[in-house]
Amino acid sequence: MELAVAVIVTIVTAATPLLIAAIGELVVERSGVLNLGVEGMMVIGAVAAFAIAHNTGSPYLGIVGGMAAGAFLALLFGLLTLTLATNQVATGLALTLLGLGLSGAIGEPYVGLPGTKLQPIEIPLLADIPFFGPILFKQDIIVYASFALVAGVAWFLFRTRAGLTLRSVGDSQTSAHTLGISVIRIRYLAVLFGGACAGLAGAQLSLAYTPQWVENMTAGRGWIALALVVFASWRPLRVIAGAYLFGAVTIGQLHAQALGFGIPSQLLSSLPYLATIAVLVIISRDRRLTLVNTPASLGKPFVPDR
Amino acid sequence: MKLRILGLTLAAAIVGSASAQAQDPVEACFVYVGSKTDGGWTQAHDIGRQEADHLMGDAVTTKFVENIPEGADAERAIERFARSGCDIVFTTSFGFMDPTIKVAKKYPDVKFEHATGYKTADNVTSYNSRFYEGRYIIGQIAAKMSKTGVAGYIASFPIPEVVQGINAFLLGAQSVNPDFKLKVVWVNSWFDAGKEADAAKALIDQGVDILTQHTDSTAPMQVAAERGIHAFGQASDMIKAGPETQLTAIVDTWGAYYIKRIQAVIDGTWESQSSWDGLKDGILTMAPYTNMPDDVKAMAEDTEAKIKSGELHPFTGPVKKQDGTQWLADGETADDGTLLGMNFYVEGVDDKLPQ
Repeated sequence: MELAVAVIVTIVTAATPLLIAAIGELVVERSGVLNLGVEGMMVIGAVAAFAIAHNTGSPYLGIVGGMAAGAFLALLFGLLTLTLATNQVATGLALTLLGLGLSGAIGEPYVGLPGTKLQPIEIPLLADIPFFGPILFKQDIIVYASFALVAGVAWFLFRTRAGLTLRSVGDSQTSAHTLGISVIRIRYLAVLFGGACAGLAGAQLSLAYTPQWVENMTAGRGWIALALVVFASWRPLRVIAGAYLFGAVTIGQLHAQALGFGIPSQLLSSLPYLATIAVLVIISRDRRLTLVNTPASLGKPFVPDR
Repeated sequence: MKLRILGLTLAAAIVGSASAQAQDPVEACFVYVGSKTDGGWTQAHDIGRQEADHLMGDAVTTKFVENIPEGADAERAIERFARSGCDIVFTTSFGFMDPTIKVAKKYPDVKFEHATGYKTADNVTSYNSRFYEGRYIIGQIAAKMSKTGVAGYIASFPIPEVVQGINAFLLGAQSVNPDFKLKVVWVNSWFDAGKEADAAKALIDQGVDILTQHTDSTAPMQVAAERGIHAFGQASDMIKAGPETQLTAIVDTWGAYYIKRIQAVIDGTWESQSSWDGLKDGILTMAPYTNMPDDVKAMAEDTEAKIKSGELHPFTGPVKKQDGTQWLADGETADDGTLLGMNFYVEGVDDKLPQ
């Protein structure tokens, strides 16, 4: 029982950055923009959060700083792809490289310094519930924020007028434009939201997951978040399932190793990816459903007729 | 630490006498697998590079590239250095071995030094450090300090150097407590702070109360500190990540070696060789023994002295392999060839070695 709780708490920590970055990218892609720069925005968020938390002593200011830094890189991406209509794939890849390089330069004086760990907030009474208490109600603010984000995004996209507008922009940019919707403005807002989410995910890494700054500390998590969006077929609630499944298999394989089952570790390490592929295959069996969910204008630059 | 300073002064003296003859500076170039500020493996190499740079003055200039992945990219990075006028190129990760050998063939006038591998050529030296000597000492400390009798080992890749370390650690521990157990988790990465932290948590959740690692980030030390158990630093002194947690660390001190080899290039006496130095040569040192009772500290210091004097070889029989077959007879010590190709566990490791 205690072991199960400990394992699940670790899974939550491992899944949270993936969940947050993926939910942000989901909104971006729903608006028709493909931003492959998640890794770059995440790592810049991690370094900014660490630096600000270290200098001010407040991890909460660090979180704000991380989100701002992620949004700033996203703004750059927006200027290039939305205003100047550059190729989204190439710009996104460049953004990742920029983020990794820039974060290394900014972070150099912070390497090896003790971090400011984000402390868990216990929710009174609820935290005392056996089993579920420590898992759900003894977490740090970013974990709570991740739950709220998913619920908020699901509600926004499918229950509000603004959400409908955003999805229409992603599905048919020309129709939306004809109806007088400002495609570019909506996409800017979505891209900035995605950047702030990636920054928040980075802040989780450098303040809660491993409270320190090391170069490349995202270690590919931005790419996994991107894959999770496809995995979830652009549905917010499925992102939770995807992120937690990935986290569970990642942590589970470490435990399997420590228990000494004698299964080759290389095979175990590839399990999270194998699981992701398996689910993708199962999901995409129904082509019609996939088509319905995929934003039809995804990745296409929009240049309005003048 | 004292030893290291002594080594440096000695090296400085050698250098001082040599730099009198003014000539074109020798260019020494370093290829790193990680970031030079990783707090572990690569940082240790970079400190060595800086020592050479500072102490050898005008006689040498140094260059480096960081974050070079093992594999095809490495070949390009090494070749770029070879072409750009480097006189000697140090490639500091196991996975750089084949790329180094390949590039060296094309540039016979450039000297290459590859760390922790086993292949050499006319212009390629292989250099390594007997890390396992330090592992044996920390194994003994672990067995004294652990209450559960189980230690956790966060491992990177199943290469001989890592397997040596696991075996030496366990043999050290068993010399104190014959029933000592070791859990091994492979993260298949040299450097992924998140994964290393996850592995540390998994091991602690399963009841280990001492952690050691053969990966390069300080994340496991941090987790150990958080959970209130003890751990050992790897490659660099990680005391800052766990002031109350680190018992000691195996610190790589490459500076003296780098200075010696660069000097050989200056003097024109450089020759290909296989160098495998240990504690007695100062290529690895133990960080101060902290957070432990005096008797454990005394034992560790005693073992360190015995290894240095040659009185104790960590791989001394009787030792059985994991499958129960005899490996070393009573009093027999392992030869370097077997150690360099080590691909089996000794008895007592609670893991199946990935092949």
